[in-house]
Amino acid sequence: MSDDATTPDTGVPIHSPGEDVIAVQRVPRRGATASTYRAFGETLRGLKTTFARVVEGPTTIQYPEEKVPVYPRFRGRHKLHRFEDTGLEKCVGCSLCAAACPADCIRVVAAENTPEHRVSAGERYAAVYEINLSRCIFCGYCEVACPFDAITMGHDYEMSDYSRDDLIFTKEMLLAEPLERTPLRAEGE
Amino acid sequence: MRPTFAVVGYYEPWLIQIAKAVVIFAVILGILPIIIVYERKLLGRFQNRYGPSRVGPFGLMQPLAEIVKFATKEPFRPRTSMAGLFALAPALSILTATAALALVPFGDVQNIFGTPVGLYGIDPSIGPLYLFAFSAIAFYGIMLGGWSSGSKYSLLGAMRGAAQLISYEVSQGLALVGVIITAQTLSLTGIVVAQKSMWFFIPQFLGFLIFLAAGFAETNRSPFDLVEADAEIVGGYFTEYGGGGFVAFLFAEYLNLIVIAGVTVTVYFGGWLLPFGIHPPGWVDPIIVLFKMFLLITFFIWIRATLPRPRYDQLMSFGWKVLLPLATLNTLITAILVVATHNGP
Repeated sequence: MSDDATTPDTGVPIHSPGEDVIAVQRVPRRGATASTYRAFGETLRGLKTTFARVVEGPTTIQYPEEKVPVYPRFRGRHKLHRFEDTGLEKCVGCSLCAAACPADCIRVVAAENTPEHRVSAGERYAAVYEINLSRCIFCGYCEVACPFDAITMGHDYEMSDYSRDDLIFTKEMLLAEPLERTPLRAEGE
Repeated sequence: MRPTFAVVGYYEPWLIQIAKAVVIFAVILGILPIIIVYERKLLGRFQNRYGPSRVGPFGLMQPLAEIVKFATKEPFRPRTSMAGLFALAPALSILTATAALALVPFGDVQNIFGTPVGLYGIDPSIGPLYLFAFSAIAFYGIMLGGWSSGSKYSLLGAMRGAAQLISYEVSQGLALVGVIITAQTLSLTGIVVAQKSMWFFIPQFLGFLIFLAAGFAETNRSPFDLVEADAEIVGGYFTEYGGGGFVAFLFAEYLNLIVIAGVTVTVYFGGWLLPFGIHPPGWVDPIIVLFKMFLLITFFIWIRATLPRPRYDQLMSFGWKVLLPLATLNTLITAILVVATHNGP
């Protein structure tokens, strides 16, 4: 930048202190008063805009009373399933879900079915089936890995609790008919 | 001989004067929390949300809960602050706001049990001057609060407040001069009576706009809330206040809002008068005034929801380069018109 450079609107010469320094010269912009007068019209336009928001009404969802509906493929808390006709558990204790789990939050201990004590349709059943929901990342790999569709991801997303121990869900809790707390999103919603 | 001091014109017994003061104070202080919750709920609507809705039915108990919260807070002050002035400032703020309240006329002189009672605090012969005197003292509340806090943000807020209040008081006063010339009286009840044929916001429309814009600045309300400007200087002059002091400043602010709404109603919207020659019985007058004030406060909140805060230099140039010339012009034109159409001696 040469020394005789001037700013476009004032013609004030800029003294260049060096090549690496950028001189910024600010002068009061012209037309401040005129723009204030223009602002009156813009104010009216703004008043119209905000009033339109009142007419629109609130879009807030009153959460604990009103819930956001979820999509059918939403991955919430897991569910274990039984056969509807026989009432036997679908899970055969193969531990494929535990193997697939990237967060390592599923614990399965299998046991043999006996004729007197038949729990599942297969040869073995899950004596212990625990999911540690404080570790679960809700990826749904367990659902994919399961050969019998015994475990699926449900729609429930309200799982906060006061203690970490309470977040370890046992087989009974996962098998139990879940409280339908979360509304499902309607078609086209 | 002309009186040296302003004529206040008391004619009620002192007992009734005290009763009047208590009633006005109690009613307005009872309205105050309602306005606070109304403002918050309305601001919510302006932003597509509900506003406070949890405490009590429709969230109406919100201010009560907040007052309990503030009252139970630990009083503290910064090490750098000045104890006496720090305590005095909020008291001064709320005192001046309450004093200005005495001026708003809620109705004409009524005959209550055989005693004529004016439905207003006082009606001095210098109405608007009394108002400006107290809004000038109100500025000390802000200035002292900001300065005695011993904090940079507080001082910045107080300095802005000082400059803003002084700049806009000039335009506000000049805008009011137009009305005074038209009404030919300085008494606020007199101004109301002078609006029998036409409310002053029609002939004095420019003055009304100036008065309103200056009123926003005088009450430190958005868009001219640079005194508080929470995004830049935390909370301005009440940054260091918590608990009781903060509540006092908050109440003073809303009292000022009520006062400016009351004065605007009195001066430009015919006070207790109704249009189209409707004459209701006298006891309706305060309700009319309160309803008009309510509409005006709604407009104030609407403006708050709409306009962003200007920069400080924009605020100053608006006050001095736009409002003041316009107010002067308005006064001049009004004076010429009044003299030209004057049919007296």
